[in-house]
Amino acid sequence: VRLCSPPNNTPSFTSSSIKMSAISASEKVDGFTRKSMRKAQKQKKSQGSSQFRTQSSLVELSPLPQLKDAPSTEQQDLFTQKLQQCCMLFDFMDSVTDLKSKEIKRATLNELVDYVSTNRGVLVESAYPEITNMVSTNIFRTLPPSENPDFDPEEDEPTLEAAWPHIQLVYEFFLRFLENPDFQPSIAKRYIDQRFVLQLLELFDSEDPRERDFLKTILHRIYGKFLGLRAFIRKQINNIFLRFIYETDHFNGVAELLEILGSIINGFALPLKAEHKQFLMKVLIPMHTAKGLALFHAQLAYCVVQFLEKDPTLTEPVIRGLLKFWPKTCSQKEVMFLGEIEEILDVIEPTQFKKIEEPLFKQISKCVANPHFQVAERALYFWNNEYILSLIEENIDKILPIMFGSLYRISKEHWNPTIVALVYNVLKTLMEMNSTLFDELTSSYKADRQRERYWLYGNSGPFLVGIRRIPAYHVVHHCK
Amino acid sequence: MFERCSKSWRAQRSEPGGGADGDDSLYPIAVLIDELRNEDVQLRLNSIKKLSTIALALGVERTRTELLPFLTDTIYDEDEVLLALAEQLGNFTMLVGGPEYVHCLLPPLESLATVEETVVRDKAVESLRKISQEHSPVDLEVHFEPLVKRLASGDWFTSRTSACGLFSVCYPRVSSTVKAEIRQHFRTLCSDDTPMVRRAAASKLGEFAKVLELDYVKSDIISLFTALASDEQDSVRLLAVEACVSIATLLPQEDLETLVMPTLRQAAEDKSWRVRYMVADKFSELQKAVGPEITKNDLVPAFQNLLKDCEAEVRAAAANKVKEFCENLPEDSREQIIMTHILPCVKELVSDTNQHVKSALASVIMGLSTILGKDNTVEHLLPLFLAQLKDECPEVRLNIISNLDCVNEVIGIRQLSQSLLPAIVELAEDAKWRVRLAIIEYMPLLAGQLGVEFFDEKLNTLCMAWLIDHVYAIREAATCNLMKLVEKFGAEWAQNTIVPKVLGMANDPNYLHRMTTLFCINALSEACGQEITTKQMLPVVLKMSNDQVANVRFNVAKSLQKIGPVLDSNALQTEVKPVLEKLATDTDMDVKYFAQEAISVLALA
Repeated sequence: VRLCSPPNNTPSFTSSSIKMSAISASEKVDGFTRKSMRKAQKQKKSQGSSQFRTQSSLVELSPLPQLKDAPSTEQQDLFTQKLQQCCMLFDFMDSVTDLKSKEIKRATLNELVDYVSTNRGVLVESAYPEITNMVSTNIFRTLPPSENPDFDPEEDEPTLEAAWPHIQLVYEFFLRFLENPDFQPSIAKRYIDQRFVLQLLELFDSEDPRERDFLKTILHRIYGKFLGLRAFIRKQINNIFLRFIYETDHFNGVAELLEILGSIINGFALPLKAEHKQFLMKVLIPMHTAKGLALFHAQLAYCVVQFLEKDPTLTEPVIRGLLKFWPKTCSQKEVMFLGEIEEILDVIEPTQFKKIEEPLFKQISKCVANPHFQVAERALYFWNNEYILSLIEENIDKILPIMFGSLYRISKEHWNPTIVALVYNVLKTLMEMNSTLFDELTSSYKADRQRERYWLYGNSGPFLVGIRRIPAYHVVHHCK
Repeated sequence: MFERCSKSWRAQRSEPGGGADGDDSLYPIAVLIDELRNEDVQLRLNSIKKLSTIALALGVERTRTELLPFLTDTIYDEDEVLLALAEQLGNFTMLVGGPEYVHCLLPPLESLATVEETVVRDKAVESLRKISQEHSPVDLEVHFEPLVKRLASGDWFTSRTSACGLFSVCYPRVSSTVKAEIRQHFRTLCSDDTPMVRRAAASKLGEFAKVLELDYVKSDIISLFTALASDEQDSVRLLAVEACVSIATLLPQEDLETLVMPTLRQAAEDKSWRVRYMVADKFSELQKAVGPEITKNDLVPAFQNLLKDCEAEVRAAAANKVKEFCENLPEDSREQIIMTHILPCVKELVSDTNQHVKSALASVIMGLSTILGKDNTVEHLLPLFLAQLKDECPEVRLNIISNLDCVNEVIGIRQLSQSLLPAIVELAEDAKWRVRLAIIEYMPLLAGQLGVEFFDEKLNTLCMAWLIDHVYAIREAATCNLMKLVEKFGAEWAQNTIVPKVLGMANDPNYLHRMTTLFCINALSEACGQEITTKQMLPVVLKMSNDQVANVRFNVAKSLQKIGPVLDSNALQTEVKPVLEKLATDTDMDVKYFAQEAISVLALA
């Protein structure tokens, strides 16, 4: 059963107009079927693209002689013939049709892979168009509707490409072609052009991780070899990301594209161009808001840190950007953000640190007091980091007053004993950094609490505003 | 500037009585404005939502000279605040002094129309569209149109995207020179190299075409339409399909063939299933827009292809349109087209491999009977209905059952019941309760048409069986169904066939079934009338007041309250009252509560 999200009236293919859902209707009717049971039913399905199913009237393939057996004068011709033969597409949804032809094509592709990887001098100029044509015919296709509109890449099994036995070899072949020592970008650029790259990029949306992995390596090679396409590739990735962030919220290959970008950013020349800075601030930072952040956060954080290592002056805007998009309800994401902040702090310059310490530690102070212990724990781990500790120590006068209230409070109140233990350690560390300030803060904190209690129970109505920032549960706790 | 004014208020606040000019009344406003700067987003949000109050208090002039510049400066804020702001500003015309000054609202809205977050931008555009109508033609050219131009030539894609939505609102009211400029800008955006902008332009193409002069539609719009419809991105192409409907509606019939049809044909066979889906989804609109002749020659084969598409999504979308498409076919050839072209495809879809396709078809297929008439329905459609009624997928069965009435109108209930009844009886015991529910809801109609005798013979047992279904929703529906049946067949029939069975359940060992008796009595007492209620039902209810299960007892109280109005005062006083009084002293608090409630409602205290 094929289920998908059909396109919306709007440019985004979000699930709002879905008339079909992942749950089969029979399950929907009674609704008690367990999720695990539903899952079990839809494990590991493969699907083909619509392209393969529209082709009709296939001619049966007949095997050609082996390339290695052909006299060298005829090899080139035979190579071309084999490439052309491999342009025939087969329907893999139907596993019983054209078995013989499918096998011939598979063997031929294997032979071609071997041929371009082991032989020198086979990439003559006339082979380039034949090769790109064979590759385009096989891999460029409209990706089929997603099997599961609520596809959750962390939970669900991806839908695999049915024609993989052939497509894999085509990718393999293409990669060997690009990596062949005789490969000449100056000839290839006539065929591997902007249009080609654009189609390649669209395939990154494939649900099949094996395919995305090949695409990643291939795009990386192309980026490396075709200088003229670099700006174009960056721009198109930019567009894909913007569509992902602001329109569809769905694109399977984000992590792969970010991985490529990580190494691209690494190679940026200094000073950074305005275009690159804009990409960081207007694309990479807003990307943190995506629903599926967990799937590509590692790669995203790597890209951000790469930027900051290139140009430390970007630290302030980046951290302010992260604070702007700080997750409000999703604890899992908050942990990721904290992880990224730590990575940034690892490479931050002390002068940059001073610029953002105040807003940053206000946020960290909220995080350590988070009732979700993983968030609190992740934030408190900052105090295990030597470099961060040294930064805090240098700026203890600024940071301690921001952190003190939260730390002191949760040392008494957090429900999780591990957190309380961690907080005691942190308080101890902070006290050692500046005990005078610590004592001052302790006594003024206690005085404040005294006053609060008086306001609450001294019946001085108007002063109640004084407690507005302290959650109710906290006040009650202290009145026992 | 606004900084200053707020500060001056604060100054006044700290020196109460200092200002004899009565500016003390502005104190709450100062608080609101302070809130606009507060660190807490929620407070800022609240303040923005009360923006009209602030403006009203400030008066039109200070709103223009102080509040608006201040707001224009705060536009770096959280998206949530910006969204609220964008919405508020759309209703601000009177607060800045009426249409004469409405252009003062443009600067903040212009900034909002460039932010990244789509919802904010869209809201800003919506507000801009709204206030554009309040501009005089002169102001439109002096203030509004330059803004549109600035947005259209902005660096970042967001402003260009926003511009797309503004062309159509100013175009009709500006001079011909400016019109030419607007057309030029729109053209440029249609070939923007950012796909986001092309999508925005494509989605506004139809709307823009509507305000253009016909000649320009032909010269400008068609070429843009053709270009967008063959864009390299399918997300752009599919939006062109939507525009196609508007454009085709605008053009005279004789131009459609050359200007629109080549593109439409191409879209219907696009290599991307998303585009084909869009064509299928918009098929009825397209059909109306191109008229009967083109429909006959072009759309019929296109529709056939969509019904046979290789992607289930496309087939399902097309299947959904089967009825509408057939209805709108030209009358002279309708039947022939359906019988020779459409029906064969429909027959195939009945046994499609995808349940969503079948289910989409099942939701509309019954509608074909009205179009094809009795004989064709019996001969060609009934077998399809029957096949779908027996489909393995409950949603398909459900869709057929819920639409039985339109077939009923065409072939009559006799015919319908003869051919479909066995299937219906089978479905009455379907494992899926929603299917059973759909059948129950259809029962009163069937009963009315079949008559008492036939009903008693074939369906009565079913109706009673539903009363002890294990799903509450079914028991509830069954109760309601009994009431409707009694309304149809009368009290005497009830007394003979239903009431004994219902009352018999009062002794059932399962308390849920005993409660069903009470629910049935609640539903039936009115329809059965005073005599049956008093003589047969009331004793049973009263007896049940001694039930062991508290739920039954408080439902007795509820039932007594419900049937009280049907009883005479004698029965109420001598029989109901003592029982309720006893229940009012029950050990269970719910029983007590409902007993007391019944006593007071029935005025027995």
